[in-house]
Amino acid sequence: MNVSVAAAKAGTAPRVYAFLVLFIALRAAGNLLLAWGMKHVPQVMPANPVSYLRAIFDPVVGVGVVALVLALLTRLALLSLADLSYVLPVTAIGYVIAAFLGKTVLHENVSSERWLGTALIFVGAVLVGSTAHYTTGGKAR
Amino acid sequence: MRWVLVAVMVVATVLSDLLQSHEMKRAGGQSVEPRGLMRLLRLIAQRRFLILAIACMAVSFFSFLALVQREPLSFAVPASAASFVLETVLAKLVLREHIGVRRAAGALIVLCGVVLVGG
Repeated sequence: MNVSVAAAKAGTAPRVYAFLVLFIALRAAGNLLLAWGMKHVPQVMPANPVSYLRAIFDPVVGVGVVALVLALLTRLALLSLADLSYVLPVTAIGYVIAAFLGKTVLHENVSSERWLGTALIFVGAVLVGSTAHYTTGGKAR
Repeated sequence: MRWVLVAVMVVATVLSDLLQSHEMKRAGGQSVEPRGLMRLLRLIAQRRFLILAIACMAVSFFSFLALVQREPLSFAVPASAASFVLETVLAKLVLREHIGVRRAAGALIVLCGVVLVGG
């Protein structure tokens, strides 16, 4: 793939941003529903796979699993338009959202060290997000 | 044992992401409306590298579960971040992505953040 092909990919930027937002939202929602649902499943025996399968039939956990499957498919679509080295750091912004959701929805305790970590992830993700999203065979800015 | 689990998890994650990226770049631009999602599912069924990528993802997921059963999350999360470094290096070497100074610096800052989040 040459520079002109890489340049042609520049027109896909709005779709890349839309897929990024969709993927991060689906993964956050999926993880939240899974965490919330698993806390309400009566008892999950750690070594028994049947109990995990039964847990999937809990409506909240089930919706969480569907959201995570859709997140996987969205990430595949994203990887068809953007570099892996772009997608990885930018989607790490999910850690920031997980910290906020953990704090606000699940009322978890988030330490100051963890807030500093999420701030660094945000800064790093913004920095990577400002580079060209597709560079295979071409040059990044 | 814990380092064996970390190694299995990191190798499986790296392999899964490299295979996904390679195959999806070959497949060209995809979409996520209902018809696009069906096309993606068909693509997974047709391409053995994508099936292998999902199998690797499952291995990575279960080794992470096994790791958090034995070790605190404050060890498991930063340890899993090792895949982040390896993947960025291999994206350059194997997938021929161009990693400029800004992207490399951003990825390193994110890595520090992930380690802190787990710590």
